[in-house]
Amino acid sequence: MRAVLIVARGVFTDSIRDRIPYNLVFFAVLLMGASFLLAQLTAGQDVKIIKDLGLSAATLMGVLIAVFIGIGLVAKEVDRRSIYSLLSKPITRSQFILGKYLGLVLTLVANLSVMAIAYYGVLAYLDWITPASVKLGWEAAALDPALLKAFVLIGVELMLVTALALFFSTFSSTFLSAALTLAIYVIGHFSEDLRTLESFGASSTVSMIGRGLYFMLPNLAPLNVTSALVHAQPVSVQHMLLASGSIGLYVAVLLVASTLVFDRRDFK
Amino acid sequence: MPASASSSPSRRRALHWVAFTVLLVGAIGTQILIDGAFERYAPKQPVQWVRSPGVMRRLVLGFDSLAADIYWIRAVQYYGGTKLATAENKDYSMLFPLLDITTTLDPRFNIAYRFGAILLSEDYPNGPGRPDEAIQLLEKGIRESPGKWEYYLYAGFVHYWWRQDPRSAADWFLRASKLPGAPNWIGPLAASVLAEGGEHGAARTLWRQLAQSAQQEWMRRTARIRLLQLDAEVVIDQLQPLVNRFYDGAGRFPTGWNELVRAGLVRGIPLDPTGVAYTVDPVSGIVDVAPGSELFPLQRRTLGSGLEP
Repeated sequence: MRAVLIVARGVFTDSIRDRIPYNLVFFAVLLMGASFLLAQLTAGQDVKIIKDLGLSAATLMGVLIAVFIGIGLVAKEVDRRSIYSLLSKPITRSQFILGKYLGLVLTLVANLSVMAIAYYGVLAYLDWITPASVKLGWEAAALDPALLKAFVLIGVELMLVTALALFFSTFSSTFLSAALTLAIYVIGHFSEDLRTLESFGASSTVSMIGRGLYFMLPNLAPLNVTSALVHAQPVSVQHMLLASGSIGLYVAVLLVASTLVFDRRDFK
Repeated sequence: MPASASSSPSRRRALHWVAFTVLLVGAIGTQILIDGAFERYAPKQPVQWVRSPGVMRRLVLGFDSLAADIYWIRAVQYYGGTKLATAENKDYSMLFPLLDITTTLDPRFNIAYRFGAILLSEDYPNGPGRPDEAIQLLEKGIRESPGKWEYYLYAGFVHYWWRQDPRSAADWFLRASKLPGAPNWIGPLAASVLAEGGEHGAARTLWRQLAQSAQQEWMRRTARIRLLQLDAEVVIDQLQPLVNRFYDGAGRFPTGWNELVRAGLVRGIPLDPTGVAYTVDPVSGIVDVAPGSELFPLQRRTLGSGLEP
């Protein structure tokens, strides 16, 4: 476990030093800029739009970071040939994979936490400048703590994307890994359609393959609770646990598969 | 030689800066030339590239809520742009599809149903004049959120004000009043709509409620204008018989209010609630608000036809 944590800490400190500050400044500027601009463009709804925009931006940035750092986690070590010295140390390949994964997940969690603080900061400002009569029309308070549930589920989604990127990077080039990870991410949002292909006129064989793929691939739709939370609809703890548990199992499968593939690679 | 070697890096840096500036100015200049030389392609009418709400929902990859916001902004901008355009024939045909996509992407987009219904109902040229589409949009909202009394209220409002159908309006108001959370003035409103028919009382109640309760300034302002228009209509209803009486005496309609003042029919030039004089048409004798008034054009309603047995 100690070896895993050492690898994880290495990934985390590298990422923090290099990328997080720029990302967060961009996120905060985007949100603040949007809050002033959008209020001019739309008839009301600025609070809804800022909530939506903030959560979408957090998701998008998180996915991009997870993909583009995730695909380089193993490839970079191989390219720099540092993998040889690393594996010569008392560390197993599974510990290496797990450490790399945990390091990036920690980075993403730190990233998301600061984005959540920036998000609530902008919402607090909006709350402060908005007259009480206008606030009466809001479906939920600007500083609704339930919005944190969305950040939790975004975190779960990013954990899966990281595991996918890591898995593909164990056996393919960085470009192909990025393409495959993004493809699975896209399919994850379509997977409800895979289950009901017959309603689009597909033959029974294609429908069966679609249903098979539906169960094989992770379904990301239940993780998307932005709309429900912005409209003050309840998102139960049970739903969150079930959705996170399902994704957690896919993550575990991907990590085991990554270890299996990585174990077979010859670095001698 | 050593001196030139030491100055060479700084000279190189300076050259780089000069090159950077010259190239940047060149790039900007080229862009200006392109703008002048080529007309940028823009469709004559705004185009909605994806018309199917279902396809759009799939294309946005889970960012449904944000995409709905973008479509809502687009719908509002489209409506405003068309309304303010100076074109003779205003085309609002994209308004309903835009609202349809907005509400498919975010089925709980409360304001898109309510505002959307008002925008769709507005008479041409201020809107598409499609209360049928407004009702369709509100019915979609009701399918998504059957307990939302506001949608029933707005549906009643559309029937009452734009479709001039008090019976259907009363029915919608009654359904709204039975829903949990509905304000207690809706029940009596249903009764007064049925009882008053063509009178202004129920309309005044509706607009007053909106002027007081709507959260958006745009909606409150619209409601305030409508209330002032109702006041103007009451005054016009009093002025019109005086103009007709002038006709009975003179055999022609007056050319202006001064003739009615001289004839002793009015005490002074009548002003509408915004302080602009009413107009009287010398040919038809019709009294109206002036085109320069904030209240122009009046949307005069002849309610009550729906109450006929």
